[in-house]
Amino acid sequence: MSETVNQHTEVSYLEYKGRFKGLFAWIFSTDHKRIGLLYLYSMLVLFSVAALLGLAMKIELIAPGKTIMDAQTYNSFFTLHGITMIFLIVVPGLPAVFGNFFLPIMIGAKDVAFPKLNLLSWWIYIIGAFIALSAQFLGDGPPDTGWTFYAPYSFRTGTNMLPAVTGAFVLGFSSIATGINFIVTVHRMRAPGMTWMKMPLFPWALYGTSWIQVLATPIVGVTLLMIVLERTMQIGFFDPALGGDPILYQHLFWIYSHPAVYIMILPAMGVISEIIPTFARKTIFGYKAIVVSTLAIAFVGYFVWGHHMFTSGMSGTALYTFSILTFFVAIPSAIKIFNWVATLHKASIDIQTPFLWALSFLFVFMVGGLSGMVLGALSTNVHLHDTAFVVAHFHFIVFGGTGYAFFGAIHYWYPKMFGRMYDKSWANIGLAIFFTGFNILYLPMFYLGMTGMPRRYYDYVDEFHGPNIVSSLGALLMISGLIIIITNLVRSAKHGEPAEADPWKGKTLEWTVASPPSLENFEEIPTVTKHPYGYE
Amino acid sequence: MNDHQVHIDEHRDDEGAKTGMWIFIFTELLLFGGLFIAYSVYRYLNPLAFHLAAEELDTTLGTINTVILLVSSMTIAMSISAIQYKNKKLTLILMAVTMLLALAFMVNKYFEWSGKISHGIYPGSMTLQEASRGELLFFGLYYAMTGLHALHILIGMAFIGYVMHLVVKNEVQHDNFVILENSGLYWHLVDLIWIFLFPLFYLIT
Repeated sequence: MSETVNQHTEVSYLEYKGRFKGLFAWIFSTDHKRIGLLYLYSMLVLFSVAALLGLAMKIELIAPGKTIMDAQTYNSFFTLHGITMIFLIVVPGLPAVFGNFFLPIMIGAKDVAFPKLNLLSWWIYIIGAFIALSAQFLGDGPPDTGWTFYAPYSFRTGTNMLPAVTGAFVLGFSSIATGINFIVTVHRMRAPGMTWMKMPLFPWALYGTSWIQVLATPIVGVTLLMIVLERTMQIGFFDPALGGDPILYQHLFWIYSHPAVYIMILPAMGVISEIIPTFARKTIFGYKAIVVSTLAIAFVGYFVWGHHMFTSGMSGTALYTFSILTFFVAIPSAIKIFNWVATLHKASIDIQTPFLWALSFLFVFMVGGLSGMVLGALSTNVHLHDTAFVVAHFHFIVFGGTGYAFFGAIHYWYPKMFGRMYDKSWANIGLAIFFTGFNILYLPMFYLGMTGMPRRYYDYVDEFHGPNIVSSLGALLMISGLIIIITNLVRSAKHGEPAEADPWKGKTLEWTVASPPSLENFEEIPTVTKHPYGYE
Repeated sequence: MNDHQVHIDEHRDDEGAKTGMWIFIFTELLLFGGLFIAYSVYRYLNPLAFHLAAEELDTTLGTINTVILLVSSMTIAMSISAIQYKNKKLTLILMAVTMLLALAFMVNKYFEWSGKISHGIYPGSMTLQEASRGELLFFGLYYAMTGLHALHILIGMAFIGYVMHLVVKNEVQHDNFVILENSGLYWHLVDLIWIFLFPLFYLIT
């Protein structure tokens, strides 16, 4: 064990005995670490289901015509896949799991500012998930609108939209509660000496993310509420037959849902900014530039929603404006990429699993980002709108960006969270298979989209057969990789080697406490004097 | 170990609690913001229909409700001063007056809405289906926005009621009253939203 004070004498948060026993000791715990794990387990279950839905869709697409499911089933599959993945996993994902667990520890606090609100937000999350998923089993069949609930179809379809929309509405409150909690935590609970410019980059990213959560989520909340009123009370907000305007729905929806993309990606960037200096054994290059670009992304991200609607009929001026702003928002992301790469320059790199995830992240994120530029340009967008190209692009960003960062984060912080180390060679094999499968799955979809294959169809013409076979086989490979990764992690929580307090030789505060941390993280709140990445 | 649990629960940060409340209030404004945008867009598209429909609303009832809410905002603010002067009885009286005024607002709202409904003006009614699209939208927005506002009145009443309970139990006192302050902030928000709804629906014709 190392020399720091906060190491022994206290039992860990995993073994701590509080007022409740068994399961209740978890689901009624206000400990930020336990809440983080509650989110992790809930998301693991939901993610497995949604990933299998995705696999089923790829199997359907392995040959033209009906393969394993009919058109309506396919429609409900991509809707459920989207709702689960977006609203239940990638939007809350990194902040709810790793933010909850590590934000207080990394800023030297004993818990978040409002522990009870934190627990409440998990409960709201679970309730929202149940409401949203009940749409599958109740009433007139599963929803088939896609996760965007576009008007007017979302109130014309006979399927069971109401629970799905209500569920998404409820989930918004969970997101807002977490956002408020984190903002206040960062403002009020930083350890003495930790000035803003001495705060590690993951908390910085969470801070930016929280502001987006707080400022954008209410808009989608009220929009979904309007869909509910439209369906239940025939108020014609978005129905042209009743005087409403369906394009207004798209505006309101994307005013939230585009910033939501940055809710997904900012914390992912924060994770990468932690992993890279740790394994490069070097101070991060351009700390201030990363901080500023985090805030710039959060800010500019508000003004680009229109690029989802280039073909739905806006004025020319609006089109140009949204297009140029979309190009602007790419700049801070590029700055971060350059900073990460510059950090690696002349570093003595320790190649470990989390670092390999970070490298894979850089690759897929760049593919995703550059294909985003293709979609942000007006002329190419018109050609590629609603094709498989878009699907490939956002899977590279959302799954490739947030997903890779999530797996990177869990491999990075796993020893801290569970006090045990996973099997590193299996983790690397899993990553290799996953990464290969991922690229075989999504790269052909760029080609398919450019040659004109539309998205959200269960069928296609024969010309598209070849690339679709490749893509579907890639899906099988990717899922095999995922199974290896997840099995390794689950198994190691019980059987892994006990981990040291600082297995990676990291410098941020979470590595100064025991693995797993005690209930209060710090026996004594540390005083911070140095920059977070103080490598010599 | 148990003293540690107590220790965490004891963490108290009034400034932090108020910051959190302010941010939450901001999200509420944004929630209504979506409806205000819808209102502006449709008013711009249907100026005449909105003008005609607005004349159907009873300005007197609207004005009375505005006065009620303004006074209730004053009483809740006074209760926050009262608790600082350690006057528990006056605090409770002022909070009770706030609750009564809120109730009066809801009673008024009930008569207003039931009056409209008895004239066949409600979403999906026969009368409205024959009316112009602009009028349809006006009343749709009227019910949605005042309805959502009324829901906030009820939430505010529940919040203030809960804080009254804490005052009675002496858990809110002159040196620990941030939750009372927060309930007051929330009540001012509810009031503020009405201040915007009132001219938009009742006064501009």
